[in-house]
Order: sequence, then C-alpha cells, then structure tokens
Amino acid sequence: MTAPAMPLTQSTRKGRREVKNALATAFMVGSFIVALVPLTLIVLYVLRAGIKVFGFSFLTEDLPFSNRIEGGGMNAAIVGTLVITGTATAMAVPLGILGGIYLNEYGGSGLVARVVRFLADVMTGVPSIVMGLFIYTIWVLPRKDQGLSGFAGALALGCLMLPIVIRTTEEILKVVPEDLREGSYALGCRKAQTIRRVVLPNAAPGIISGALLGVARVAGETAPLLFTIGIVSQPNWNVFEGPNTALPQQIYINASVFGGFDAAKDRAWGAALALILIVFLFTLIARVISAIFARRSAAT
Amino acid sequence: MATEAPALPAGLTKGKRPPGLIADRGFRVLALLAGLTVLVILALIAIYTTREAWPWFSAERLGIFSDNWDPAHNQFGAGGLIYGTLLVAGVAVLLSLPISVGIALFVTDVAPQRIRRPIVYTVDLLAAIPSVVYGLWALFVLAEPLANLFQSLSDATAGIPILKTLFANPSASGKSFMTAGIIVAIMITPIITSITREVYSTVPASQKEAALALGATRWEMIRGAVFPHSRSGMVAGTMIGLGRAMGETIAIALVVGASPRITANILGPGDTLASIIANQFGEASGTHRAALIGCGVVLFAITIVISMAARAVVSRADRRSAGTA
Repeated sequence: MTAPAMPLTQSTRKGRREVKNALATAFMVGSFIVALVPLTLIVLYVLRAGIKVFGFSFLTEDLPFSNRIEGGGMNAAIVGTLVITGTATAMAVPLGILGGIYLNEYGGSGLVARVVRFLADVMTGVPSIVMGLFIYTIWVLPRKDQGLSGFAGALALGCLMLPIVIRTTEEILKVVPEDLREGSYALGCRKAQTIRRVVLPNAAPGIISGALLGVARVAGETAPLLFTIGIVSQPNWNVFEGPNTALPQQIYINASVFGGFDAAKDRAWGAALALILIVFLFTLIARVISAIFARRSAAT
Repeated sequence: MATEAPALPAGLTKGKRPPGLIADRGFRVLALLAGLTVLVILALIAIYTTREAWPWFSAERLGIFSDNWDPAHNQFGAGGLIYGTLLVAGVAVLLSLPISVGIALFVTDVAPQRIRRPIVYTVDLLAAIPSVVYGLWALFVLAEPLANLFQSLSDATAGIPILKTLFANPSASGKSFMTAGIIVAIMITPIITSITREVYSTVPASQKEAALALGATRWEMIRGAVFPHSRSGMVAGTMIGLGRAMGETIAIALVVGASPRITANILGPGDTLASIIANQFGEASGTHRAALIGCGVVLFAITIVISMAARAVVSRADRRSAGTA
C-alpha cells in the first residue's frame, strides 16, 4: 500500500515532465515548419514574378542594350553560366577525384594525407568573394585588357569546387568494401589497376552525385564572377577569349544598380527563375543517382 | 583504409622491370600531386592577395582597424566593416542555431522513419537556392514589411534602457544589419542542420534506449544522452556556420545598407567586409582597390582561424572519446 500523498505528487511531477516533453517536441516540429516558410515563399515568389517575363524569347534573345528598357532575353547569361560552370567542372572534378583517391587509397592516416585533408576543409571555408579576388590578382590583373574572360570565372568556381569534390570522393571511397580490393590484388592486379577497374566503377554513382551537388553549388555563385568575367550582351561561347556574363551576375546587376526600374526588376526575377531551374535540375539528377545507388547497394 | 598491394615474389622482378610498375607508381604520384594542389592554391591565395593589398597595409598600418571608411577622402579604416561582419554573422548564428538543432533532433529522434529522408532533402533545398536569389527576395519582398516591423519595434522599446539604443534609428528602407542577419540565418540553417544531424546520429542507440528504459521522456533522453555526447560536434557545426555567414557576400550586399560604421543600432544600415568588396570593387582604383583586396585578406584570415578552431574542437573531442572507449 502506498501513502495517498505519494502518487499524487508523482503524477503532478510526471505531468510537468510530460508537458516539457510535449513543448520540446512542438519546438522541433515548429523548427522544421519555420524552415519551410522561407523556402516556400521564395520559390513561389520567384515562380510568380519570374513567369511574367519567362518564355521562349527570354531564353533565346540577347540582353537589351540598356537595363532600363523592357524586352530582350537572358540568352547570353544562360550560355555564360553553362560554359563557365562546365569549364570549372572539367577542371575541378578530375583533379578532385584524384585528390580523393590519394586521401583514401594512398595517404590513409599519414601526415601528408592529414595535412591535405585539413587544408581541404579550410579551403571549403574560404569565402567565394576571396576566391574571386584571388583569381583577379593572379590571372586577370597580369593580363590587363585580355584578363576578363569566362575562363577566369571558371578558375574561381573550380577553386571553390575542388575541396568539395576531394572530400566527397574520399567519403564515397571509404564505403567501398575492402574485399573487392583484396579480390583484385589476389588476381594479380596492381594497386592503380585495382583503383581504376574495381574501386572507381564501384564508387562512380556516389562520386557523380557528389560532383553534381558541387556543380549546383557553384552554378549559383555570383561573388567570384564579379571581377573576373566582365560583361557582354551577346552570347560568347568562347570561354577563353573575351568577356562573358552569367545568370547570377545579371540578377545582381539588375537588382542592385538598376533595381529602381521595373524592367530590370522583372528581368532579375526571370533570371532567378532560370537559375533556380538549372540548380534544382542538377540537384535532382544528383539525388536520383544517389537514390539508385543506395537501392542497388541495399540489394547486394 | 586501403590494404597495400602485396609485393611480387622476388623471382619475378629479377632481370627486367616487372610489367606495369611505372604506370602504378605514376598514378600514385599523380594522385599525390592532385591532393597537394589544395596546399598550393591556399598558399597562392595568401601570397597574391596580400601582395596586391600591401599598399593599404603599409599606408594605414593599425589604421586598418579604425572606423573611417571614406573613399572620397582617401580614408580606408575597416573597423566598421569587421564589426559589421561579426555582427551580421553573430545575429545569423543566434537565429539559426536553435532552429537547426530543432530540425536535426526532429529528423533523428521524432519523425517517423519514412519521412526522414524527404525532410532532409527539403531542408537541403534551402542550400540549393543561390545566394543572389536570397538577396533579390530579401530586397524586393522582405525589406518592406521588415521596415514597418523595425519601426514599431523601435517605438515600442523607446523607454527600455538597453533595447532603446539597440533598436534606435531603424532603417526606413528595411536595409539593415538585422535584415542581413535574418537572410543569412536562413542560408546557413541547412549547413548547421546537416552537421548537427550527423553528430546526433552517432549517439549510440544503447545509450538512448537506456535513458528511455529508466523512464525518461524523450526530451529528458535528448538532454541526458544526446546533448552531452554531441557537445563538441555542435560547437564545431556552429563555427562552420559562423564561417559561412562571415563569407556570405551577395545577399548581404543587397540588403545591408552599404554604410560602414560601428554602431549599436542593429536595425540601422551597416556594411560588411565581403559586401563592400562586391559593391565598390568595380569603380575602385589605387589605394581604394588595395584596401578592398585587403578586406578580402582580413576576411580570409578570420575564416581560416575559425576553420582551425572548429577543427581543434573536433579533434580534441575525438581524442577524449578515444581515451574513454
């Protein structure tokens, strides 16, 4: 038999604990909802405001000769974004994969690998605007008038991508089963052959999805392009010569310098829609690839 | 970790070089060089930007920390910019941290297994929206209601001692330290969330179950088992978020108000190191340009110190838990 007072206090104590627990749970659910609000608002607003100018001519026409007037399209900026991001990817991804291979397959926990791993983390944290200044001082400045080009922008974006690709590659290689490597050695393969023919094919989907996420991240970067690519109003497919332009740069210029003009404002929203579509497309492809990868490895 | 390929038996290597050895060594060297580019690039960043900024450092010396940025009168003290960078990043982390921790706990401990992945993807979408689009939205959509909110907040706190100065002189356009802090908070939430989530998922299930078996509610289990285990990871995640917030440029450049100054009025306009580079570099030359590149060097130094500190917190915790295991 318990004293009657005892369960009573216990139940109120328990009540307070339950309330605290419920409050904490509500806070966690609430946090997620709070994060959803800006996401939904931004996406909906970009859709609503962007769709006004968005269309075939917006994607295919040259930029107008003045930001203040209506009309014209983002053709030049879309071309610029694609060639600059593409060039950056072509430079950073192979180099990054090799670096990741070094960290996981050769360096392990040795001193050199630890230093490289640490510096890759530091480099991930370097602000994108600093990367832009760096390319400006090392590449654009020495070339004077010829310095501004899509390639300079691609160099800056590539520097931003490189550490991301290195670290994701390393993470993916870590989960490739050791048995596969040993099997390959047992068949007489050398280490480099093993990596190229056994380890990499096994890790390919993960590496590709990691690289695509890196591409999505740098495709939206504005700061590194501000003083590296210059500006043009007609599409420039030549990444090595002549100034270029890009969607993020057009959004920034139309919003900041010409933000007072309705035509520029509309153009900025249209460009934002185009940019978000490109970035989400890359993100989606990366997700699909990694989902297929996850299902396949779960099946084996 | 990878196992070394076994050496060939001695008989096979006798006489001529075994087949494929050169290619094998070559690949190793290639991989090493690729890894070392990181070191080379970081060193080049430090050397080249410092060299171009040198005229500023040598002309101003300690004056670089004074609060008088005035290109028209050739004065380039970055004190107000450093202050603004720290303030905006601080506001952003203060706003973002509780939300991020909440989402991370929601994903690891509350949400049904089925919807965990979709939640993670949704929060990650926040990271997929480009910085300039955040800025665009903040400038044309968020600024106006915020300006009204700031005004009423300022009126309401006019008689309260500390808040009085903090909320004084609100920006009429809505461009302010606070606006920039809010938008950056949204931008760093996915980063802090994903790092804390990863840390929470390493808490041993046995510890959580033990807490629950002792009659703890879920919240008590989180406080007793999850938080103590993840403290250093949360600190590191916060610091990485802080570093990102400080390097954030374009969104801030659009909504911070472009007026470098040290002030307690967080609802008023200000400026940061990164955003002033974006806003003024185009028309800068001479000392002005050197000063802007110098701002980049200062920013680079600050973010490197933060990355190193975050790293130190993690490795100290690793050593401690390795000792107890």
